[in-house]
Amino acid sequence: MSLLRTPPTRRHARRTAGTFVALATIVALTACSTPAASPGVDEDTVTIGTHTPLTGPAAAGYSSISAAASAYFDYLNDNGGIHGRSIEYVVKDDAYNPATTQTVVRELVQEHQVLAVVNGLGTPTHSAVLDYLNENGVPDLFVASGSPSWDQPETYPWTFAFNADYITEGKVLAHHAQQTHGDDAVYCVLGQDDDFGIDFAAGLTTVLDELASTQTYAVSNQDVTAQIGAMQAAGCTVNFLATVNGFTALALGTAAKMGYRAQWLTSSSGGDYPTLLGYLGEENGPALLEGLVSTNYLPFSDDDPWVELFRRVNDEYNGGAPFTGNTIFGMSVAYTFAEALARAGEDPTRESLVEALKSGDVVGNGILPLGFGADSHRAFGGVGITTVTGGVQDYVGEVWTTDNGDGEVVPYDGEAVALENEGIPQS
Amino acid sequence: MSARRTLLLGLGGLILAIGLTFLLDPYRNYQLALVAAYLCATAGLTVLVGLSGQLSLGHAALMAAGGYGFALTSQALTSAGVGGLPRFLAATVAAAVVAGVLGLLLGLAGARLHGPYLAGLTLTLVVAVPAVAASVGALQGDRGVQMQFEGVPGPLRALIALEQWQAWVALAVAAVAVTGLALVRDGRTGLRMRAVRDDEVAAALAGIAPARVKVLAFVVSSVTAGLGGAVLTFVTQSVSPGAYTVSLSLLLLVAVVVGGLGSLLGAALGAVLLVLLPWLVGTVTDMLPLPSQVTQRIDGTLPLLVFGLLLIVLVACAPGGLAGALTAARARRRARRRLTAPAPTTAPPSPTAPAPRESARTPTEG
Repeated sequence: MSLLRTPPTRRHARRTAGTFVALATIVALTACSTPAASPGVDEDTVTIGTHTPLTGPAAAGYSSISAAASAYFDYLNDNGGIHGRSIEYVVKDDAYNPATTQTVVRELVQEHQVLAVVNGLGTPTHSAVLDYLNENGVPDLFVASGSPSWDQPETYPWTFAFNADYITEGKVLAHHAQQTHGDDAVYCVLGQDDDFGIDFAAGLTTVLDELASTQTYAVSNQDVTAQIGAMQAAGCTVNFLATVNGFTALALGTAAKMGYRAQWLTSSSGGDYPTLLGYLGEENGPALLEGLVSTNYLPFSDDDPWVELFRRVNDEYNGGAPFTGNTIFGMSVAYTFAEALARAGEDPTRESLVEALKSGDVVGNGILPLGFGADSHRAFGGVGITTVTGGVQDYVGEVWTTDNGDGEVVPYDGEAVALENEGIPQS
Repeated sequence: MSARRTLLLGLGGLILAIGLTFLLDPYRNYQLALVAAYLCATAGLTVLVGLSGQLSLGHAALMAAGGYGFALTSQALTSAGVGGLPRFLAATVAAAVVAGVLGLLLGLAGARLHGPYLAGLTLTLVVAVPAVAASVGALQGDRGVQMQFEGVPGPLRALIALEQWQAWVALAVAAVAVTGLALVRDGRTGLRMRAVRDDEVAAALAGIAPARVKVLAFVVSSVTAGLGGAVLTFVTQSVSPGAYTVSLSLLLLVAVVVGGLGSLLGAALGAVLLVLLPWLVGTVTDMLPLPSQVTQRIDGTLPLLVFGLLLIVLVACAPGGLAGALTAARARRRARRRLTAPAPTTAPPSPTAPAPRESARTPTEG
């Protein structure tokens, strides 16, 4: 150690200082990005971004959403864009990891200077950036998650939901089950061990008072034998699922292996027939999925004009990727953003975009109009029931609306939003 | 280096780095904060592997332990009405203690194991910790613990952005961790670690207790990793099992090897690479005229590939890592200068040409 005294140290310190200054200069030079008057908007483009899992375990179920949205924006841009501007959709991979979401969302806001973050996906991931986006006044539109957290206009004035919230879904599904199976059935639930499962079960118990068995699973554990076994032992005949697609498939497959038959009703987040078929395989899938009840709030039937348009866009701009519920979801989000942008004026700003949504003029393309208003950031106030019959998933019966408190579940008497002008919103 | 010099250098470095934050935009400051967080972990790891010769694949788990310790303590103190600096300090100390205790247990077992067996043990830890965290109710499962949003403290609010403040805090903690490690490295303990690494029997004959030294190395390294987890939790306001997987552990090790095993400068370079590489690769792919479907597919996976290639190239061409290559280049330059100008008038001929400290740290393992 004594060899290291005196001369080298001072030189060392000087060199370190030199390195720091050089480093600072380089970084400062590369970091120059002058903020525009209104972030994300210039002469001929509007830049927006999203965070979504493109890698990691959640990617399989969700990566097709952002691809579908990008395809719809391409279609829109080829047809003149909005107010003469084309939309650039920057998709960032967060691998469904909240820590990564933090990083990529900051990159979107500070590097790409996006006008808004649109359709950030996932409850745990998006919760991690909720404060950041609101603190910085960045519109946080159409969050791809059914958590009721996004509908808090007082606390989070910049955040708007998109999915029907899990409480609403739970209430409508419970109401449907009660009407169909009566009081003699034994009702149970298998839910994800986070807000998804908790909120959905809260919706169920508002209507059904009590559940015979409440089971939970963690996404990181790919085995639900214990949970399904407990439900079988409890004699459950009608089972609700607050599960993502992969775990809906896992639950149905596990039950079939155990020779356990029951009626299954699943949240829209885990009830997409083509996706489930992908998990379960063409051979056994159709038999396992027959009779599956789920909910939806977007155009869905094969002969719906929206679906026909989306199919066309998917073939032309998405390389004919498999057409699933995710495709419809992604394109619906893209259309809804385009509509909001069209209503935000000739030269949109972050403020005018949010004002447009708060005015209630943006109706979307759902089976019922969007519920946005001055004091509501809730997208869909109700859902329809879908079932799988003969290998085809479609709506049955009425559309039901309710609040996310303990209000009644009532039928909706309005119309679905009609397709106009080939899905190119006019101001 | 005398202890006082190390302390002064640490303080000077911190002041310089804080000055640097004024030159950076908020995103750059956020990246700087992440670099500081990872630096705590890589610096601890490089001391453990390079100095004491013990391999750890479990440093992500130790970071997670620190992160959970920080988040839970912070939450408990918030509900008890404690806030501000006392809460931050208490939570940081708790993070260091939790990670240190875990490291102590790991070190006690690890001191009996060598090479691949030790690697296997630490690998078990990094697989087990996220799995346990995901299934313990108090730790909020996969979602992790979310912390209350905390802005810039009052008087500074008008002056600096949130990211700059976070960078300051992160840099301060990293400075403490790295200075501490430098003191350990240059002191008696560091000498003992190197002695044990090079020859356990000889070290024992010289009156050193190898097992004790190895356990101590693990504890020191774990404490700094825990501090890294605490900083990461402070910056991202959340801690979740998904952030501390095996892949992070491996990336930390790769960063240390690429930076230069056993060198704190190398650990810093490794931490910078860890944060900047994904961003650089993303920026480059954004500039290339690739169809959006291709960019979506390679986003997220390409950085790992580049990192892997970098590792192979460096290990093949410069086994001392980036820091080793820098030292070698410096030594070459000095030798050349001595040849061309045999009698420099300004500086006395350096008695320590290639410093023995550097040669003692040249990696022989890993």
